[in-house]
Amino acid sequence: MARVSNKVALVTGGAKGIGEACALLLAKEGAKLVVSDLDIAAGEKVVKAIKAAGGEAIFIQQDVTDEASWPKAIAATVERFGALHVLVNNAGIAIPGSAVDATLADWRKTMAVNLDAVFLGTKYAIPAMTGTVGSGGGSIINISSIEGIVADPNLAAYNASKGGVRIFTKSAALHCAKNGLKIRVNSVHPGYIWTPMVEDFLNSIGDVSEGRAGLDSLHPIGHVGEVMDVAYGVLYLASDESKFVTGSELVIDGGYTAQ
Amino acid sequence: MSNSPQNPFRLDGKVALVSGGARGIGAAVAEALAASGAAVLVTDVLDAVGEATVARIRAAGGKAEFFHHDVTVEAQWEQAVAAAVAKLGGLQVLVNNAGIETAALITQCEVDDFKRVMEVNVTGVFLGMKHALRVMKPGASVINLSSVAGIIGSTAHVAYHASKGAVRLMTKAAAVECAALGTGIRVNSIHPGIVVTDMGTAFIQDFVKLGLAPDYAAAEAAIKAIHPMGFGEPSDIANAVVYLASDATKWMNGSELVIDGGLTAA
Ligand SMILES: NC(=O)c1ccc[n+]([C@@H]2O[C@H](COP(=O)([O-])OP(=O)(O)OC[C@H]3O[C@@H](n4cnc5c(N)ncnc54)[C@H](O)[C@@H]3O)[C@@H](O)[C@H]2O)c1
Ligand SMILES: NC(=O)c1ccc[n+]([C@@H]2O[C@H](COP(=O)([O-])OP(=O)(O)OC[C@H]3O[C@@H](n4cnc5c(N)ncnc54)[C@H](O)[C@@H]3O)[C@@H](O)[C@H]2O)c1
Repeated sequence: MARVSNKVALVTGGAKGIGEACALLLAKEGAKLVVSDLDIAAGEKVVKAIKAAGGEAIFIQQDVTDEASWPKAIAATVERFGALHVLVNNAGIAIPGSAVDATLADWRKTMAVNLDAVFLGTKYAIPAMTGTVGSGGGSIINISSIEGIVADPNLAAYNASKGGVRIFTKSAALHCAKNGLKIRVNSVHPGYIWTPMVEDFLNSIGDVSEGRAGLDSLHPIGHVGEVMDVAYGVLYLASDESKFVTGSELVIDGGYTAQ
Repeated sequence: MSNSPQNPFRLDGKVALVSGGARGIGAAVAEALAASGAAVLVTDVLDAVGEATVARIRAAGGKAEFFHHDVTVEAQWEQAVAAAVAKLGGLQVLVNNAGIETAALITQCEVDDFKRVMEVNVTGVFLGMKHALRVMKPGASVINLSSVAGIIGSTAHVAYHASKGAVRLMTKAAAVECAALGTGIRVNSIHPGIVVTDMGTAFIQDFVKLGLAPDYAAAEAAIKAIHPMGFGEPSDIANAVVYLASDATKWMNGSELVIDGGLTAA
């Protein structure tokens, strides 16, 4: 049984890591996919994989921080597939830096990708969903992080951006619910997941395998997560199985924040 | 995608025990688990209602047994867990769902009523974990029914809030302990807003009973006003239990899944 058949989903940052896994899983479960990313080559590869498995997908090159890109991405989605039901605001970056060391430029860049873009995606998706979905309802899924709930001394800007996503999500959820829009908005809070982002991050601060062991030990379960652990949560939130879930935080972190 | 099982939310081969499974949320949970392939031990103090739930599951092609079980009695937990193992072949999923509420202002709340709520909602969940964890193997999942009442406060339900807050944190304690001991068992909590069941109706009636609302319609309207998407259905909770019971959540441990139509977002 496909869990999201006949839904149209747009996944930002869908070329790699968590976004790629979300795009592949949603497609496998019946959704038509729009994969958006800066990285054309990697994004086209994901689209090809979806098509090879019998799914439908298109790639859109998009810088999610550029407001003008959003009406275009959504128009392209609706033109190709006729509707927009699911938006996964996944594109994100992490630049290490403490409250003292972080530069204003790094702070602004982090906010632009991780927070401004989530706002923009939500802002433009809600009217598009209202206009195209009818009674079926829509689901917006914002990828925050455990770093939006607990802090790290060396992730000042990232913490601020992900905390912003957490509470912005609730505001948008209430807007939709109180206006009877049948659009749900939720955030997902992964612990450390083994992706290019984490690998690059560890590379930038030292030895990767030592770093991975260090990250493993932060999670009570004893190891970092896999992209599928997050993708399944996104699938649950995208499907109608979660129709009474809005404004919630789905924490998928191997116990990181429970301790 | 290499680590993706064929159908991650399926529960074939798993055995689940659902306490308070005779009616309401528990019955919907038992039916959904069975529909997803699990064999289910439905336990409750309401034998006839519980047997009827089992009959519905079987009629739909599922596998289930009923077991009479008061969650406040430790010996009956030992028997219920043993019954799951003996009759259904093991125990991979425990849903601590049985619960009660009592309505009273703090100044009027009888200590016996307070203790009874703690006994069913807190001691019952503790005992369930104590005995299930003894037989559970890696990959098993414990799901505790807390409530939004375990996160926020409200008038006239002091015992219920105390109990559900306790369930919320017992869940995290168990999650951390299970991980620290390397058991491979996950423990998570679910926090519903008002769900249309006998208890959901009772919550609304409480306000009339205590003179805090003139009639049922007024009480319902006041509670609906804080639920921007209206009230939930038992299936909304059952779907989440299936997700948490399945291997799709193998890395989720100590989490709170809030299912409240936006109630606690505000
Ligand atoms: N990996 C983790 O441990 C982890 C943990 C918690 C949260 N997250 C969050 O999950 C999301 C995905 O992370 P990931 O680990 O898969 O990252 P990743 O770096 O592996 O992939 C991110 C993707 O986003 C794209 N992207 C970056 N900036 C963009 C922009 N301006 N416009 C469009 N696309 C852009 C990149 O090209 C890349 O394909 C991020 O929001 C991240 O903060 C990751
Ligand atoms: N309905 C709601 O609005 C709501 C909201 C949040 C949380 N919850 C929680 O969900 C769970 C199920 O609630 P419900 O609405 O289905 O309630 P319900 O009253 O309809 O059903 C509860 C079931 O638990 C059984 N039970 C009670 N005491 C027991 C005991 N000592 N031993 C064994 N079984 C016992 C009852 O016989 C009944 O079958 C409870 O833990 C409740 O606190 C309910």
